[in-house]
Amino acid sequence: MRILALILQRIAWLVPTLAGLVAVVFFISRVIPADPVAKLAGETASRAQIELLREKLGLDRPLLVQLVDYYRQLLSGDLGTSLFTTRPVWDDLYARLPATIELTIVAMMIAVVIGIPLGVVSALYRNTIIDHVLRIITVAGLAVASFWLALVLQLYFAMDLGWLPLQARITGFPPPSITGFYIVDTLVEGNFTRFRNVVAHLTLPAFTLAFPALATVVRFTRAGVLETLQKNFVVYQRAMGIPSGLIVWKYVLRNSLISTVTQIGLLFGILLAGTVVIETVFQWPGIGAYAFEAILQSDYAAVMGFTVYAGVVFGIVNLVVDIGHAILDPRGTGA
Amino acid sequence: MNAARDILRQLLRDPAAAVGLLIILLLVFIAIFAPLLATHPEAIWDMNPRQRLLPPSDTYVFGTDRMGADIYSRILFGARITMVIASVAVGVALLIGVPIGLISGWTQNWLGEALMRVSDIFLAVPQIVLAIAISQTLGPSIENVILALSVTYWPWFTRLVHAEVRSLKNETFIEAAIALGVPTWRIILLHVLPNVASPIIVRTSIGMGFTILTASALGFLGLGAPPPAPEWGRMIAESREFLPEAWWYALAPGLAIFLVVMGFNLLGDGLRDVLDPRIRRAGARR
Repeated sequence: MRILALILQRIAWLVPTLAGLVAVVFFISRVIPADPVAKLAGETASRAQIELLREKLGLDRPLLVQLVDYYRQLLSGDLGTSLFTTRPVWDDLYARLPATIELTIVAMMIAVVIGIPLGVVSALYRNTIIDHVLRIITVAGLAVASFWLALVLQLYFAMDLGWLPLQARITGFPPPSITGFYIVDTLVEGNFTRFRNVVAHLTLPAFTLAFPALATVVRFTRAGVLETLQKNFVVYQRAMGIPSGLIVWKYVLRNSLISTVTQIGLLFGILLAGTVVIETVFQWPGIGAYAFEAILQSDYAAVMGFTVYAGVVFGIVNLVVDIGHAILDPRGTGA
Repeated sequence: MNAARDILRQLLRDPAAAVGLLIILLLVFIAIFAPLLATHPEAIWDMNPRQRLLPPSDTYVFGTDRMGADIYSRILFGARITMVIASVAVGVALLIGVPIGLISGWTQNWLGEALMRVSDIFLAVPQIVLAIAISQTLGPSIENVILALSVTYWPWFTRLVHAEVRSLKNETFIEAAIALGVPTWRIILLHVLPNVASPIIVRTSIGMGFTILTASALGFLGLGAPPPAPEWGRMIAESREFLPEAWWYALAPGLAIFLVVMGFNLLGDGLRDVLDPRIRRAGARR
């Protein structure tokens, strides 16, 4: 019951927070020197034509009225129409969502699957050469500019060695759209040539996106394992003669992962932020690249749509993480 | 003063933190003396088509760029932009975030609650999403990048200070001060603030590194200082069309960003160990 109350409370907070976020971005994007209506109307458009278009788009009304209208529109599930693709923003986002989700999930998997064992090893071999090397890598992972890492990897693996494709999501035709995730779709289709092609295209962007998250996972896992290793039950298990491998990988890891799990929200934030830059560099046809295009074009509706998307996704992930944490470790629930 | 010397001595005992501090001092030195250290200070903003895209040599240590400018000299001048953006943005974020955190942590009424909800709004999306939106709307310039970064970074300080103040308020010495009738502003300035200084300092160092990364990403996306300013992120963006032939073009600015951010992160980690032993080394970043 307490967990249910927590969930309801968190959802209740999420709504006004998102409404506030929408308002902030709304006002930022409307109080601009650049006039998107003039841009849209073209350079040859007369003043009257621009005003007509402005009226047609409803951009001539008071800001507050526009904001209330926008809320009403959002509540009915409508994100508006992109000024530049002239398609509903929802359709644009929906079409690009699978590309971003696929990239993000693969990156998250890389970060977790590689990061957790590395973190454990780093803790077990504390202050040895292995630990020092891993520490250098994690420090580097948090200091390197992702767009630069992307370029370096492109330069070496794509341009120099020619092992991996430079950019885009696939060469040639995409697989028949079933889920929109190319990895799944090519497997369902049974086309392994295309599957390999998709994996090759995913490798560089997913690894680049994963790198800072990976570094974070290693750090948290290391700290968690070190802390757990000092707990009494570990000392007891050692005294009981339980093999140390079993102690570490079964009991210690499970206990130390609680802190890592609670950081998934943070990891997800890193990845979500990363998609804007990484998708732009790798010309990945996802939502991050779309958002960047939209911002360059002063495309209100699309920018707002992206922000709402980012806020909703980020909010839900954090909500799920909090709930997970409350279930794993009910002590801190409080509320 | 003694306390500062003590902290410094402990810091220098940690090799990683000492390296971090050295990198930052070097950056400050370079930023100040860029015109003297640069081998081609006059060529930063000029066009020299004949020296275009030369590989590294004795004359041009890091090679030349598409305008024929010496990349080494541009990197040095770029250090100024980086330092100004990061220190002003983080400074402003401190000035906004810390007082709000003090007020909301101390008052614990509707006002404090409302302030925290406002900061939640800014934390509802990753920083760069809002920063891109703001700097794009305002137009590319150093001032606007600073504005975008400080507007989006202050909630991190607010949240940190808020949590610290809330737990401090239950401490006996604060209760004693309240009971003695010490004016609230005096308690906050003389008793609370010094006790939250350590986490603020740690967060400032790590925030500098984080802000430099975000600022360079904005520069890379074309939202930073307009050309021909030698902004590191923008230099990397410019290099893209000349890859893979002009490999040196992207190399130096990327390494510069890497080194500087690493410097602040290492210093931040070291400061955390010295100042705030309660927080584990891997504690929340950003």
